[in-house]
Amino acid sequence: MTAVDHEPDQTTAAATGDAGVQPRRPWTRPLGYAVLILLSVIYLAPLLWMLSTSFKTSPEATRWPLELLPSQITTAAYELLFRPGTDTPVLRWFLNSMIAATAHAVLVVATAAPAAYALARMDFRGKKLLFGVILSTLFIPPIIFLVPNYLIVDTFGWLDSLWAVIVPQAAGALGVFLLRQFFLGLPDELEEAALIDGANQFQVFWRVVLPLSKPALATLLVLAFLTNWNDFLWPVYVLFNPDSLTLPPGLARLQGAYTVNYPVIMAGGVIASAPVIALFVFAQRYVIEGVARSGLKG
Amino acid sequence: MTTTAPEATNGGSTAAGAVPTGRGTQGAWWTPYVFMAPYLALFVIFVAIPAVYGFWISLHQWEYFGAPIFLGVENYVRLFAEGSQRGAAFWQSMRATGIFVVLSVPLLLVLPLLVALVLNLRLRGRTFFRAVYFTPYVLGVAVVGLLWRFLGDPNIGAINYLLGRIGFASNYPWTTALPWGWILLTVLTVWWTLGFNTVIYLAGLQEIPREQYEAASVDGANAWNRFWHVTLPGLRRVLVFVVTVTVLASANMFGQAFLVTQGAPGNRTRTAVMLIAEEGLGSFRLGSAAAMSYILALFLMGGSLLLWGFFRRWEDEA
Repeated sequence: MTAVDHEPDQTTAAATGDAGVQPRRPWTRPLGYAVLILLSVIYLAPLLWMLSTSFKTSPEATRWPLELLPSQITTAAYELLFRPGTDTPVLRWFLNSMIAATAHAVLVVATAAPAAYALARMDFRGKKLLFGVILSTLFIPPIIFLVPNYLIVDTFGWLDSLWAVIVPQAAGALGVFLLRQFFLGLPDELEEAALIDGANQFQVFWRVVLPLSKPALATLLVLAFLTNWNDFLWPVYVLFNPDSLTLPPGLARLQGAYTVNYPVIMAGGVIASAPVIALFVFAQRYVIEGVARSGLKG
Repeated sequence: MTTTAPEATNGGSTAAGAVPTGRGTQGAWWTPYVFMAPYLALFVIFVAIPAVYGFWISLHQWEYFGAPIFLGVENYVRLFAEGSQRGAAFWQSMRATGIFVVLSVPLLLVLPLLVALVLNLRLRGRTFFRAVYFTPYVLGVAVVGLLWRFLGDPNIGAINYLLGRIGFASNYPWTTALPWGWILLTVLTVWWTLGFNTVIYLAGLQEIPREQYEAASVDGANAWNRFWHVTLPGLRRVLVFVVTVTVLASANMFGQAFLVTQGAPGNRTRTAVMLIAEEGLGSFRLGSAAAMSYILALFLMGGSLLLWGFFRRWEDEA
């Protein structure tokens, strides 16, 4: 966490130099720290509580007075979840989520990048109209796609399969926008030079533009992965069999199956959280920058 | 206000002028279409077609098994008809959605702004703090829902336990009765998404040139005046985005109520999206659910237009 500590600021604050307001009054600084630390406790305590509970026995987790730490650490909850042949195969869900989120993220980048490049850098008939139509869909509430997409996915035979959670959401316009914005900001000279040297548009895109766009592509890749990993409503309704589920609908089922066996439910939460927290720690810059940029360009 | 922003976002100059348009460099006429094709295929199948197909479905009675029966606007009329069960359930869910928007949006606009203002003071470790507040958002609603269902458990939850320890009652029915259910749903949503809005506000704050604050100070403006006359106007564009995104996110609330209150008590925390999903993909009344989704969509788009109208007016006044 500390290694990347100051990196994000360089990019978001590059335009204004050393951004931020210098505190003027002597008490501003301590008061600021007090607020930040208090808030950190409110933010971290529930997460640590989840972790701690997952290592308790069920009676201990639900006995008052509550104990902060397990009196004796037990991995019983995890063992229960990892046991093969149950209706709650958490490892399988984990694998499904990993496959779906990875495939989805790759699909988003692979389709959005060339489209965004054409929209940013090429002139062609119908471009304005096309861009307008894609733009307008950003303002359509996604709920209206729920029923028709269910039927469309059904005609492809994708219900209860990972295809249903990998493909349809990749049609969202956000990736195209993020990348188009980035491509618009690239200098023209490199492309022009390559084109004059006899490269065609595909070679320019592949050899010149994409390598220059690694940060933007990484941002989109990470955001798409996170979105898919966390997607809830859609997988709850398009995946049915225990072996087909991804983690979010799986967790909902876990809650139904173990009502008040909170160590088991919290262990499920920990398993679903670990990869995205790790990803966030390592790719914090991309996540935060991607979100910040979506606000500034909005 | 900010002099750099329009150029950065517009980009029109590059698109129009600088691209080499000589035939030799542009490539074949079909090149751009090849670039567009993969995305367009997805777009047509999963966005363009369903947008129209959904409306067609809403004009039919269709129970998934069996053929759709054409009804005309009957599905819509039923929602507005006096004494219609479906209509009553729908408007109750719209009401629940409205209540949640009214409770959550003000907090989600103000609290993240305050946090962003504190983070914008040049304090050590602010990147770390920002990351901490953003973490729940990375976890997604399923994990956050489970966790808060546990924290808010009326009998053994940590919230009631802590309240009991500091002298309150220790048996609030957070997941089964009102207004407690709404309070828990609101608190957990603020906890979950505060970091998202904070990051956007903070990026906006950092775009405000420091000279403006210095000029204001020279003019003798106090902290409140600087906030009102420099910070808020400087955040205008960011505010439009945050307000719109927050209102829409709250109006589409699903996972929190699905996992934490399960609509209790008596469907009073069942939101519109939750009802539409149940109606359509749970009970397979596809036509009815599609009609509901279009009405909800109309409300949301109308709300967005009102908000943009408000912001345009603000822009004109400034």
